Amino acid sequence: MRNFADLLDRLVLTPSRNGKIRLLTDHFKAVPDPDRGYALAALTGGLDFPAVKPAMLRTLIGERMDEVLFAYSYDYVGDLAETISLVWPTTLEEETPPPLSEIVQTLSRLGRAEAPSVMAGLLDRLDPAARFALIKLATGGLRIGVSARLAKQALARFGDRDISEIEELWHGLEPPYETLFAWLEGKTQKPVSTAKALFRPVMLAHPVGDGELSKLDPADYVAEWKWDGIRVQAVCEDGVKRLYSRTGDDISGAFPDLLSSFEAEMTLDGELLVGKPDLRTGTFSDLQQRLNRKTVSKKMLGEYPVFLRCYDLLQAEGEDLRALPFIQRRAALQERISGLSQDRFDLSPLVDFTSWEDLDAKRRAPPHPVIEGVMLKRRDSSYVPGRPKGPWFKWKRDPFIIDAVLLYAQRGHGKRSSYYSDYTFGVWTGPEDAPELVPVGKAYFGFTDEELKQIDKYVRDNTIERFGPVRSVRAERDRGLVLEIAFEGLNRSTRHKSGVAMRFPRISRLRWDKPAAEADRLETLTSMLDS
Amino acid sequence: MLPEISPDKSDFRCLKNDLSSYLMKPQNLLQPRPAGLYCPPGDFYIDPVRPVERALITHGHADHARAGHGQVLATKQTLDIMALRYGTNFARSRQAISYGETLTLDGVGVSFHPAGHVLGSAQIAVEKSGLRIVASGDYKRHPDQTCAAFEPVRCDVFITEATFGLPVFVHPDPSQEIRRLTASLMQFPERAHILGAYSLGKAQRVIKLLRIAGYNTPILIHGALEKLCRYYEGQGIDLGELEPATVEKDLADRAAGRVIVAPPSVFGERWTRRFADPLNVFVSGWMRIRQRAKQRGVELPLILSDHADWNELIATIRETEAGEVWVTHGREEAIVRWCELNGIKARPLNLVGYEDEAE
Repeated sequence: MRNFADLLDRLVLTPSRNGKIRLLTDHFKAVPDPDRGYALAALTGGLDFPAVKPAMLRTLIGERMDEVLFAYSYDYVGDLAETISLVWPTTLEEETPPPLSEIVQTLSRLGRAEAPSVMAGLLDRLDPAARFALIKLATGGLRIGVSARLAKQALARFGDRDISEIEELWHGLEPPYETLFAWLEGKTQKPVSTAKALFRPVMLAHPVGDGELSKLDPADYVAEWKWDGIRVQAVCEDGVKRLYSRTGDDISGAFPDLLSSFEAEMTLDGELLVGKPDLRTGTFSDLQQRLNRKTVSKKMLGEYPVFLRCYDLLQAEGEDLRALPFIQRRAALQERISGLSQDRFDLSPLVDFTSWEDLDAKRRAPPHPVIEGVMLKRRDSSYVPGRPKGPWFKWKRDPFIIDAVLLYAQRGHGKRSSYYSDYTFGVWTGPEDAPELVPVGKAYFGFTDEELKQIDKYVRDNTIERFGPVRSVRAERDRGLVLEIAFEGLNRSTRHKSGVAMRFPRISRLRWDKPAAEADRLETLTSMLDS
Repeated sequence: MLPEISPDKSDFRCLKNDLSSYLMKPQNLLQPRPAGLYCPPGDFYIDPVRPVERALITHGHADHARAGHGQVLATKQTLDIMALRYGTNFARSRQAISYGETLTLDGVGVSFHPAGHVLGSAQIAVEKSGLRIVASGDYKRHPDQTCAAFEPVRCDVFITEATFGLPVFVHPDPSQEIRRLTASLMQFPERAHILGAYSLGKAQRVIKLLRIAGYNTPILIHGALEKLCRYYEGQGIDLGELEPATVEKDLADRAAGRVIVAPPSVFGERWTRRFADPLNVFVSGWMRIRQRAKQRGVELPLILSDHADWNELIATIRETEAGEVWVTHGREEAIVRWCELNGIKARPLNLVGYEDEAE
């Protein structure tokens, strides 16, 4: 438990991805089975202990200390688990804390009636950091900034394997993952899973680079629209149905409408979208209503029905098609799609083109607003996990561009903590002769390290006011820094004064040369909304 | 072990829970005023926050020891530290007093006793007509190799600080905290570990603790720590090899894997850019609270404080056997509540001008 508590404490305060991966791999190296496996399960959301509830812990501490002193403490700390872990009365004798595996086993056998006395007994045996870890573990929701994906990346690093191998195995494994660790340490063969409807690691595309297409023969490729939803994988095997995100997270629970009408032995790769295939394809903000939910209400299902626009077929009737050329998989998909519910599944159409110039024109003027570009797939490409260079390309619609004026700068985090690296920018609004700047977005990347130093210096030299980590910067008609902002789309927003919210804004160029007065007006943005 | 100041003290012990029977009312011996805690019969202030004619200073931290008073009475070490910080003319006249020595100021007995807070720190006992009040200043009970250990003084009224006056603050064993630092140095050898530590007391204590733990590599120090570290060494406290953390070109590998000690205000400042991928280590009692660490961008919090934690505060209140407790700077309400629950009269003192630790 000591190791696990230390790991949590370090993870929660380590901002860098690589730092977190190092903490995880070191933990996997230093801690034996089955403790490391239970730590992995705790981090990836693989443990659930319904018998322990926060209210019960609140009662336990109320029996042990003055309510007023507890209230002062809770008020100061703000987090119930942390407060209880800190104020829990310490027993005098030094005890070796039980290992994580013992705690997990105790908790998993726990009934409602005995939960309070067992939890109290465990808390008595732990120090504050371990008590905090125990409470977070028992009540669920560690919230320490580690995604399941990051944990898998750490496993890949630990075993020097490709992450796709781990993703493919993942859903067939159970805590404490001893066979997985044994394989990653080179002690045994790769575990073989008998579980059904497993995730198949997804094939991804590179963006088209400058001048890259001139080296390629258009005849070798087919093109299809790139839809603006989320890429998913739907699997049905022996009646077991699963929907996975691109990174292999099981998101089945949030999409019962799609899965209940999925009646076929196959693995589909496609875009999850809101609407009805033949009537309406909803925007990404429609889809957002359905994302990041564990369960979904009837009302939600009615208002935002989802469907799958299919790109590829990886498996059919138990046969693995991934090694086949794309055009053969596509033909197999086309053949089978009509057998699926037409309300929930359709085929993403191919785009005819004769030359790259022809396709470029189509890419710039797509037939539907929810298209964000085109995909190029080599006719002979087999389905390879990861992001191989060459077989697939994405060629996105050009981003929108505006010139905005820097208004506020905020200190960054981690490596960038000594720099003002997060920028709020605005555009002009109001009468032409007395315009003012209204904030329209915030961006914190798109510039080089050298440019960051230049902006940081500019911010420090032109500060008007400081509010904690934020500085407001001089921004007037004749004095201000113009930033060229690239973004993918624009939504109406009632939360922002400007009435618009940008998708994926980033700084594409620093316009040291441009007078602030010549930056764009809000009308330029609102006209993009209407188109 | 408890120092007795006046031999007839014991005559009053039986009356300790009824201070109204004293000839002298406590609030007439010491009272809060805008400039600080004032003693009317002795005409002096303790740790005044603005210039006064006569000041008794508990310790050298800037919020307790200010420049510009007429006469200053303090321990030799506190006077030295004030001279280092403000120049030798920080007051018109200065008088040193030893621990345990008693002086009489206009009929008021005054004695200084170790507070265990920083080098030279003292509690001040003030006594008249058999009534004794101890103003403890800032204090701690955890062992500290860089200053004299706290000595409890029996008194009628104990004035306690309450910086960490909540049950959530229980400082762990310092050696356990130092182990977490040495582990991080091994785990992240490519990163410079910047320890944010208050320049008087905390900085020297954490350096000393590293040395005791067997860390023998030269430690880099920020310029703001230079004079105070040298002073501590002059007082016989061996801090091992210290090097200035000055210019970039002098730093091999941009101090990767090294320990740099600096005031906490450097976190996120341009000064840190000279170091390899700085890892912020904040050395403070506040680090008990995760959100505090997170807000400051601290990656490795070390819970180490020069102030008493909750257990030390309540143990000390008991040991002084005071019938009444006045609580100042910090979370007064929780200490007052604890005193009420334990049958000790208590009230907050509402002194202004003292800061939280290292903030």
